[in-house]
Order: sequence, then C-alpha cells, then structure tokens
Amino acid sequence: MTFSPADLDAFWLTLRLAGVTTLLLLLLGTPVAWWLARTECRVKTMVEAVVALPLVLPPTVLGFYLLVALGKDGPLGRLWHALGGEPLVFTFAGLVIGSVIYTLPFVVQPLQNAFQAVHENLLEAAATLRASPMDRFFSIALPLARPGFLTAATLGFAHTVGEFGVVLMIGGNIPGQTKVTSIAIYDHVQSLEYHDAHVLSAILLTFAFVVLFIVYAVNRSFRLQST
Amino acid sequence: MSTLNVRFALARDAFRLDAQFEAPGRGVTALFGQSGSGKTTLLRCIAGLERAPGGLLAINGEVWQDESRGHFLPTHKRPLGYVFQDARLFPHLSVQRNLEFGWKRTPAPQRQVAFEQAVGWMGLEKLLARSPQHLSGGEKQRVAIARALLNGPRLLIMDEPLAALDAAAKAEILPYFDRLHEELAIPLIYVSHALEEVTRLADHLLLMEAGRIIATGKPAEVLTRLDLPLSHLDDAAAAVDAVVAGHDEEFGLSYLDFPGGRIATPRQPFAIGHAVRVRILAKDVSLTLDVPKRTSILNVFPARLSEIVEHNPAQLLVSLTVGDARLLARITRKSAKLLELQPGMEVYAQVKGVVLMP
Repeated sequence: MTFSPADLDAFWLTLRLAGVTTLLLLLLGTPVAWWLARTECRVKTMVEAVVALPLVLPPTVLGFYLLVALGKDGPLGRLWHALGGEPLVFTFAGLVIGSVIYTLPFVVQPLQNAFQAVHENLLEAAATLRASPMDRFFSIALPLARPGFLTAATLGFAHTVGEFGVVLMIGGNIPGQTKVTSIAIYDHVQSLEYHDAHVLSAILLTFAFVVLFIVYAVNRSFRLQST
Repeated sequence: MSTLNVRFALARDAFRLDAQFEAPGRGVTALFGQSGSGKTTLLRCIAGLERAPGGLLAINGEVWQDESRGHFLPTHKRPLGYVFQDARLFPHLSVQRNLEFGWKRTPAPQRQVAFEQAVGWMGLEKLLARSPQHLSGGEKQRVAIARALLNGPRLLIMDEPLAALDAAAKAEILPYFDRLHEELAIPLIYVSHALEEVTRLADHLLLMEAGRIIATGKPAEVLTRLDLPLSHLDDAAAAVDAVVAGHDEEFGLSYLDFPGGRIATPRQPFAIGHAVRVRILAKDVSLTLDVPKRTSILNVFPARLSEIVEHNPAQLLVSLTVGDARLLARITRKSAKLLELQPGMEVYAQVKGVVLMP
C-alpha cells in the first residue's frame, strides 16, 4: 500500500481540520448545550431546531449559503474584510467555519443529553455546600457529563473527517489548503485511479468503524460503572 | 439575639405557603406535618433554593434574606448544612471527597468541627475510600450528615433524613442523632412526619398544616394540646423528661423521676442521673377515681383532669396534669359516663407502659 505525497497531504489536512473543528466545537458547544439542557426559555426550541438543521439539510445547501455569506461580497465576508481579515472562501479558515456549523449537532446533542442526565438535585446539594454556579458546573456537571464529552468529541471528529459537500462548495480543491481526503477520493475516481481511491476509502472506512466501536465500548463501560 | 426568625409566603399552583415562626437559636426544632403540608417548600425557602417574594430570614441575628430591603443571599453564600431525604451524595466522588466538598470551600475560621471529629461522630472511618454507590441507605445518610456538618453551618436543616430508611437502618442511625444533639451548639431544623422521631429529638416543636405553622412550643405542651391534631393521631403520646433515679436489682427494675412522680420500667442500662425522654402513649393510660389497690400496674400517678374532647364516636381524649407534667389518656365514652368524668377532677392515671428515648 503506497501513498502519493498528495494523498498524504490530503490525509494530514483532514486530520488537522477535524482536530481544529472538534476543539472549537467543544469550546462553543459546551455552553450552548449546558444552556439548552437547563433552560425552560421559549427560545430554546428554536435554538434546538437551528442546531439540528445540518442533520437534514443537504451539505450543498449549507455550503452554498456559506459561500454566499462568506464571499467577498457576502455580509460576513465584507465584515471580515473590513476587520482586516484575509478572504475566507477557498481557505482552511473557511473550511473550519463550514465544518463547525455542519458538525454542530453531532457535538451539541450528545453534550445536551449528558447535561440533562445530571440531576438538578445534585446541583442543589452542591449549592448548599458553598459551590457557586460556575463552581457547580465545573465540579459536578462537567465530571458527570464526561461520557457525553467523549461521544461528542469522537462523533464531531469523525463527522468532520467524512465531510464532502460543504468542503466542495466553500473550499474547492486546493492541495494542502482545502483538499481533504474525501475530495481526494472523488478526484481519484474522476481520473479513474481506482487503486488510490480504494486505499483512501479503506482507510476512512476502518477509521469510522474503529471510532464508533470505541465510543460504544466506552459508553457501555461508563453505564456499567454507574449502575 | 439568639433566635431563628422566619417568614415566607409563596404561591405555587394550588399550594400556598404562608409560614412564620420564631424558634430558639440552638437545639433541635422539629417541624412536624403531614405529607404535602409544605415542610419541604419551607426548608427550600430557608436554604434559598426557592425565592419567596416577601421572605425574611434571620439566624441568630444574621440576616440572610430580607426582601423588604431587597436582600437575598443565594444558597451558596448561606452557611448552612442541608441533609436531604435522598442523601444526594456526588456519585463521581469518594466518601472522603464528598465530605471534603463543603469543607474545602469553607474558610478555616468558619469551620465548626474538625474533619476527624465529624468522621468519628458518624462512624465513617472505614468508609472513606468507598464510592457512594457501595453504601447502604443508612451509611449514605450518615455521610450526608457529616458532609453538612463539615460545611461550617450556622444552621443545620434535615429533611426527613430517616424517611427513606427501613426500621433496621433507622435504629442504626438514631444513636448518631443523639450524639449530634449533645455535641452541637448550632440550631437544627428537623423535618419529619414520624411522631416518634419528633418526640425523641425535639427541644422545640413546630406544627405545620396546609402551608401554615399552626402551633409552636415545647414538645411536652404541643404534643398534649387537644385542640391540635397531634393528640388525635393513633400513636399520640405525651413526652416527659425524666432522670434515672435508681435501680432495683432484685426485681430487675429501674426508676425514673419526672416532674409528676417516679416511673418504674424494666432495668435500663443507664447510670443514675442520666437524662432520658419518656414517651407515654395515650392508649396506654387508663383512669381510676380511687387509688387502685391489688393491681398489676406499678405506675399510678395522682392527676388532675384538665380537658376532655371527643376523639371518635366511641372514644374520648383526656389531657391530665401530673405534677408539672402533662399526659394524655384515650378512654371510651362509656367509661367517662360511668365515672362521670369532668374537667378539674382529681383522678389516678394508670400507665401500662412507657417507651424510653435515651
């Protein structure tokens, strides 16, 4: 099994994109998930629906809107340019933005479920033991939601690795910049290089299986521990 | 000013809490009421877990809440120890780290008991490394109590801490409460709907019904007031405080002096001078007009009949003054008629049995 340097590039780029996206999503998704898990506010349902949109929306639709919005004439693109930012479309940064939005539900929903499973009773008990709201979050909610974080991180990472449509729309196909593995496979098939397509596909397939296997195994052991 | 000053009003769906009381700033104040009378809601207001619009709460002169001046300390800033009915230990922390939770967050000068002391009082030495999942119900509750003690509380609150336990676990844990009672200088509000627990532990009694405090006072008084529901419960009983006066080794008896006379009981393992609380059930007390002679009952006390009310169509409830103590007697309406019992009459109370609460 051999890699062309271009495929290796694509592979590293994919891992880098998935890593950065997952990290950002855990940082952004945690407060959103915590809020969704605890609030009774009416806006909640709307936020939940928006977060879940990427689950049902064709990636091309999302990619198209992002392309328009982030483009140099789009509202966000212009704002970004006015703030002195480099163009976002067809860059790694643009890919990260797209991936973060596209993968949002895969991180927020497991976190929200995990936070909802943290009983209000325990947070109240912590409050009577001098823990401020922030303290309660870090000392009670976060540790108890640990399995949810593992699920969220692995699903977020794996989903970003498997991304295609959004990348194609806003990233294009620039080697080392935006050409991720899934695009490389598409390229190989287009050029009838089935052997290379096979190798990369097999790697992604194995990767996806292993990741899911680990998630389910770890969740199972957590469940057994807590009963 | 050594008192608890409490006033909370709150409307929730069909329920209205409108509770106001003052209680001594130390010792055990028992809050007694049927399920649904609002005891837990009142405790949650005291802890700041619920915010009552017009609430007022002062603990021995420290104002924790005074909504008329917009003052509300959030729960985590109230130095209290809250023992919940369901223990609420943190499942991801060992017993040791559960105990340390409030302890570490309490500034050293505010700590009330040493760590080892709380562990010793509750007998937790061997449980420290365990996970809460591997504790029995009684053990969990002991950990919860120690955790509350270690939080540097100025007020302890216990919400039916024994209600979820079976009889054996209750018997196991009650001695720990007696220890607490002796050692602790801070006030404890103890919620229960078990009359026996209340009788055993209370220095002061609050009676709650439909969201209101309907009576407060010494247990000996509140328990025997015929206008209150306590005296009409099936296990209604008077409580008298007594001191072990002597033992009779020949017959295996112990004598207890109370402000109305001397009670004989089967031999007790206490030294002379030991203080005990004695529970005398209304159904165990019968009345005679003359000094009973040739009777098997040892405990007969001259008494003045102070009040008679109907208990049910067949039975009457009588309150008696025996020296400085008060007793209850449940007798049939027929006997009352035959003996022509009237308030103010001098009678003899025959006590068939007593329950000791050391």
